[in-house]
Amino acid sequence: MKSGSRLEKVLEAGKFAVTAECGPPQGTDAEIVRKKASHLKGYVDACNVTDNQTSIVRMSSMAACLIIKELGIEPLLQMVVRDRNRIALQSDILGAAAHGIGNLLCLSGDHQIFGQDPGAKNVYDLDSMQFIALVKRMRDEGKLSSGADLAGAPRMLIGAAINPFADPFEFRVTRLAKKISAGVDFVQTQCIYNLEKFEQYMHQARDRGLTEKVHVLAGVTPLKSTGMAKYMKTKVAGMDIPDGVVQRMKDAGKEKGKEEGLDLLCETIERLKKIDGVRGVHIMAIEWEEIVPEIVKRVGLYPRPDVS
Amino acid sequence: MSFDPKIVAICCRYCAYSAADLAGSMRLQYPDNLRIILVPCTGKTDLQYILTSMESGADGVMIAGCLEGNCHFEIGNFRARRRVERAKVLFERIGLGAERIEMYNLSAGMGTTFARIAGEFTERIRSLGPALGARPPEPGATTTLEERK
Amino acid sequence: MIIGEQKPIEQILEMIGDARRIVLAGCRGCVTVCSAGGEKEVGILASVLRLAREKAQNPIEIREVALERQCDPEYLEPLRPYLDEYDGVLSIACGAGVQFVAEHYKKNMVWPGLNTNFIGVTEKQGVWTERCQSCGDCVLHLTGGICPVTRCSKSLFNGPCGGSSDGKCEISKDVPCGWQLIYDRLEALGRLEMLEAVIPAKDWSTSRDGGPRKIIREDLAV
Repeated sequence: MKSGSRLEKVLEAGKFAVTAECGPPQGTDAEIVRKKASHLKGYVDACNVTDNQTSIVRMSSMAACLIIKELGIEPLLQMVVRDRNRIALQSDILGAAAHGIGNLLCLSGDHQIFGQDPGAKNVYDLDSMQFIALVKRMRDEGKLSSGADLAGAPRMLIGAAINPFADPFEFRVTRLAKKISAGVDFVQTQCIYNLEKFEQYMHQARDRGLTEKVHVLAGVTPLKSTGMAKYMKTKVAGMDIPDGVVQRMKDAGKEKGKEEGLDLLCETIERLKKIDGVRGVHIMAIEWEEIVPEIVKRVGLYPRPDVS
Repeated sequence: MSFDPKIVAICCRYCAYSAADLAGSMRLQYPDNLRIILVPCTGKTDLQYILTSMESGADGVMIAGCLEGNCHFEIGNFRARRRVERAKVLFERIGLGAERIEMYNLSAGMGTTFARIAGEFTERIRSLGPALGARPPEPGATTTLEERK
Repeated sequence: MIIGEQKPIEQILEMIGDARRIVLAGCRGCVTVCSAGGEKEVGILASVLRLAREKAQNPIEIREVALERQCDPEYLEPLRPYLDEYDGVLSIACGAGVQFVAEHYKKNMVWPGLNTNFIGVTEKQGVWTERCQSCGDCVLHLTGGICPVTRCSKSLFNGPCGGSSDGKCEISKDVPCGWQLIYDRLEALGRLEMLEAVIPAKDWSTSRDGGPRKIIREDLAV
């Protein structure tokens, strides 16, 4: 076992994993974090905590991870390289490990122009791939980037994000291969609406033998309305929402928006379960965490397996 | 009291200058406030010409070139227009006012139009008043054209 | 070359305050090529300043000069005979030039008339874009001649990130994705396999992060 985390145990046992996401508040109120996360207890194998997502200042991911850990939910610490140099990144990983956080997602991070502090300096001392390699070295060799020996290596399951829908498409599977060679154990994908394209991607990944080496967790997000679908389609970089999906939401009408979105989501998850190489689902129900239990039940993934 | 504005009119040979000539032969009246400067094409107009005109005492500068699409040198008048736009922004920001510089387009046969434009622009500048206030620049306070060489 | 852009006229006027006599020094190097600080721009800026100050009933006298460069000591000497007679020098050279003037004329006020923007190229007349971040450790041979530090908004060495869409960077449709450019170039060169290897962490100490830099060539010292 690399980390001994619940997520690792579920994946190693060959069970279909479930993860979800929690965004910390723009303030100090720990109760907000507890409220969001409490919906997920018992329904997920790990809960991602975002790191100043879209460059908007929020309670730190690590702090929020500790709050949900206290509730008995396994945290998945997200760390972006946008705001911290290698010194700070390594320091934070040592801190997270000291607190028993066993899952990490290594990310580039959205450019600060998207946030409320476009004038901030961006760091990007390392990119996400170099960050993965760094963590692997810390964990498996007990060494820092400087070569110094660690008094205690962090035991973490190393994750990364992949986006099969970003360009250039031909290169995306190579990027997955690179992340694997850098040392990644699992990946979570950008939310999937274009199943054809995702199946194409997984096909290429299987051909290269990559699915033997990494656990792919397919990302999904429930749509609530036509407006949401259109917004994500046009305004969010790297998002692929086929016209058919937008039309389906439109046809459902305003009152039935959420219902239709959930139906679509559950159908998507059922299809994803059948794709060879997909080892779990990552449900990003942003600001709608309370819907996760219903989803997990509907797709037959409740109760979560006992892997103690 | 009515002040007599000094207008510099940069006119291209192929259209505006010819139109001015035609206005003359047609005995059309237009204000004698204009000092016409002949250029082969309004595209030759440099921002410096406009600024030097103002420094030399002009209260307004008009650039007159061919109709758009009919410039003898194809895009010269487009270049002139862009430079006039830049001059307008500068004039506004230093307190002279964007209205003191203008771009006009006309063809060689439009003698009447030339006379009208000249009249309109002169009246515009007259109502705006002197460019640099009532006090004329003191000699030596600004370096003049000769000194700048 | 170094690309700069003239500061807004309001800022320049505020900077020079009530100065009555100034030298306006341009540079015939890079800033001439990007039409920001050459002889022509000296003439135009001087006219604009005189007109603005005249309008404000606070006239100014300007001595216009376009030096060969402002980054070599020899070329700054022409200022020495007369600079003391003026309230200061407004330099529209790049930041290096402005600083060098200040270093060589410690008792004279120096104002920067330009904002120095980047090291770049002329894509076409009137359009300049950034190409080099002077990181001090060039990797252009690994990326088909396209700089990941400069052309990628996140300076990724193993890009692109997940925000690359239709060849554009997530920050703006006007910014090409640097890694898409690298990918396309290596594809055209038939060298896509170069992208299979993970490029390791960069040593940023050769860039500005390591502190202000200096190069000495013993073989060239007099």
